[in-house]
Amino acid sequence: MFTADMLESIKKVEATRAQRMKTEPRRMAAEEKDTLLKAYHPDYRTKGFTEIGIGPNKGEKVPTELGQLLHSNSRLLGKDIDLGKVDYDVDVLVIGGGGAGASAAIEAHEAGADVMIVTKLRIGDANTMMAEGGIQAADKENDSPVQHYLDAFGGGHFAAKPELLRKLVMEAPDAIQWLNQLGVMFDKDEEGNMVTTHGGGTSRKRMHACKDYSGAEIMRTLRDEVINREIPVAEFTSAVELLKDEHGQAAGAVLLNMETDDYLVARARTVIIATGGAGRLHYQDFPTSNHYGATADGLILGYRAGTPLLYQDTIQYHPTGVAYPSQIFGALVTEKVRSLGAMLVNADGEAFMHPLETRDVAAASIIRECSDRKKGVDTPLGSGVWLDTPMIEMLGGKGTIEKRIPAMLRMYMNYEIDMRKQPILIYPTLHYQNGGLEIEEDGSTKEISNLLVAGEAVGGIHGKNRLMGNSLLDIIVFGRNAGKAAAAKAKETKIGTLNLNHVVEYADELKAAGINSEDVSPLLLPNYTRHER
Amino acid sequence: MQEMVDVYFYGKKYSVPAELTIMTAMEYVGYTLKRGCGCRHGFCGACATIYRIKGKNELMTGLACQTQVVEGMYIASIPFFPSDKRTYDIEQIKPTEQIMMELYPEIYSCIGCNACTNACSQDLDVMQYIAYAQRGEYEKCAEESFDCIGCGCCMTRCPAGITHPMVGLLARRLTGKYIAPETEHLKKRVEEVRNGAYDELIEQIMCKPMTEIKELYNTREIEK
Repeated sequence: MFTADMLESIKKVEATRAQRMKTEPRRMAAEEKDTLLKAYHPDYRTKGFTEIGIGPNKGEKVPTELGQLLHSNSRLLGKDIDLGKVDYDVDVLVIGGGGAGASAAIEAHEAGADVMIVTKLRIGDANTMMAEGGIQAADKENDSPVQHYLDAFGGGHFAAKPELLRKLVMEAPDAIQWLNQLGVMFDKDEEGNMVTTHGGGTSRKRMHACKDYSGAEIMRTLRDEVINREIPVAEFTSAVELLKDEHGQAAGAVLLNMETDDYLVARARTVIIATGGAGRLHYQDFPTSNHYGATADGLILGYRAGTPLLYQDTIQYHPTGVAYPSQIFGALVTEKVRSLGAMLVNADGEAFMHPLETRDVAAASIIRECSDRKKGVDTPLGSGVWLDTPMIEMLGGKGTIEKRIPAMLRMYMNYEIDMRKQPILIYPTLHYQNGGLEIEEDGSTKEISNLLVAGEAVGGIHGKNRLMGNSLLDIIVFGRNAGKAAAAKAKETKIGTLNLNHVVEYADELKAAGINSEDVSPLLLPNYTRHER
Repeated sequence: MQEMVDVYFYGKKYSVPAELTIMTAMEYVGYTLKRGCGCRHGFCGACATIYRIKGKNELMTGLACQTQVVEGMYIASIPFFPSDKRTYDIEQIKPTEQIMMELYPEIYSCIGCNACTNACSQDLDVMQYIAYAQRGEYEKCAEESFDCIGCGCCMTRCPAGITHPMVGLLARRLTGKYIAPETEHLKKRVEEVRNGAYDELIEQIMCKPMTEIKELYNTREIEK
């Protein structure tokens, strides 16, 4: 299915393969990486950003598309919602049905709380389901949580909140054990040892996986557990605004039935925002590896309620998104492909970098190759470089691809590309928001102690770049913690009268700042519909 | 000139660019998707779709996000199908042959028609994994069903009313929890962390001055 020009370039990749396989490409020095990032990483392109006009992060940088949503109006402004009519009354309200939300709900339920999940699509419709490569935990003899901390702290440019990162690495082995005991099928050898690999920027092989369906295997198990426990899940029901009481506490949320457009009121003693990422905002026109629902809703809800963001201007572009064929443009090609040995190679067959640099460095390096260096391969939607997948079979033996990365093989075979025999074309894709709502060590926001955040909606756990396998880990660790903390807090929290005053105040602030927008937020779903007229 | 093909959404004819998938073609003609659209990359099973090519008898199934449109496609999405998941306490059940009989007895009504396998959007041997489940061979069932994304195409075609994805899921949870060998190094590390073996060390690294931790990071040894 490759074009004639692509096939010509593949010949060059094949011609250098034997030679390339004899030497490991060198890793970049610290200064070299800094220079590369500043010149080529999208986070450094000023035109992709705007300034936040109001609220706790006023004056700070934010991606333009997220800034627009922060400057938009609540869809409840001027609407008369009867807050006296309560449709759901619970201890813990979990907003979001991905890995963090499901983990939180299970732990809150385990702690005896009356908990429910609301989610704008179905439970499990989340980035968790699409995580392919694996989950990190320092559980082997030559490894330790301290080593894990060092890798993640350095990989995140020394910007992670230390107390959050400590929690992430220290509770990682327990998170794996919890999942295993729920029945998650990790890749193990005959003695029960975990089969682990490197990720970009790891110094030990601590990537645990379930083939390349790691997130899917975790998510479907968590979903099954939520259903077994009979935890109520309101699907196709989005939270469109948080509710507060007269003491400034979080008190629930106004919900929207996505199918009937009816509003509902959920009252809760504690609220957990677990709404995930923002890939579907397509920052700087990048394609995305994210779920249809990844539109930063929780960030908007939380910010309007007065909780600050952290590192909202740092975005992760996964180095290897699909560049060709167009039908799957932007889809994730798991980092595990490189963990298993595939090299990044340019149009002339040169291995232009070490395949396991951190994601920000790898993405910047690929962008440089395809722009200034003019060593990219042209595609109908742009350009890309080769990921030399046949190397995997040469290194690991015939059948390695089918056994270890079956989803990748299947995705490409749909378009008659056999990655066992031919390399594949990739280009960076919008993958992860490193930033989000700032939390304390117990998962709560500083401003509103009974409002908690977990998962990708949190900022600060990873700093300014995240390592592979630390996101599946963070949704489990921080999801579980949030669930436990929310259940405990619910016991000592009394809710007063529900109000939406903060929404009105936010609108007044926008007006005072001279910001007038016709748009409403949260966005809920991206607008992909084409209308001829 | 862009190549166009004629397709039919719920029987209504539209002309769409030939390079689109069923999902992007629906958006191209003006649909705003709520149901029947999930991860858009073939991992969540939200977009199960049934179609038939005009003039051909065979009924086809697939994922709207992973299937390219072709001329004469008659398309209906299956955004929801009433599956029948049985609930259980994973701590209480055991991987005995009995448990499948109790929770999913209908699998023994399988007539061997293979419609499930033919319908699978992931090209799995669905009937084979159901056969393994019948025999209590859960590890094999788990392996065979591992790539299932739960789109439910199999269920829609089953004359015995089997909820195949849930059978596979039960087998996988039983395998992951009870059948696969325990991980000693994991158990040991969890114990060590619990006993505070790393408390002091992690405290130390957290308190290091920035220059020192940068040096430590930049010169750390990387396992081959």
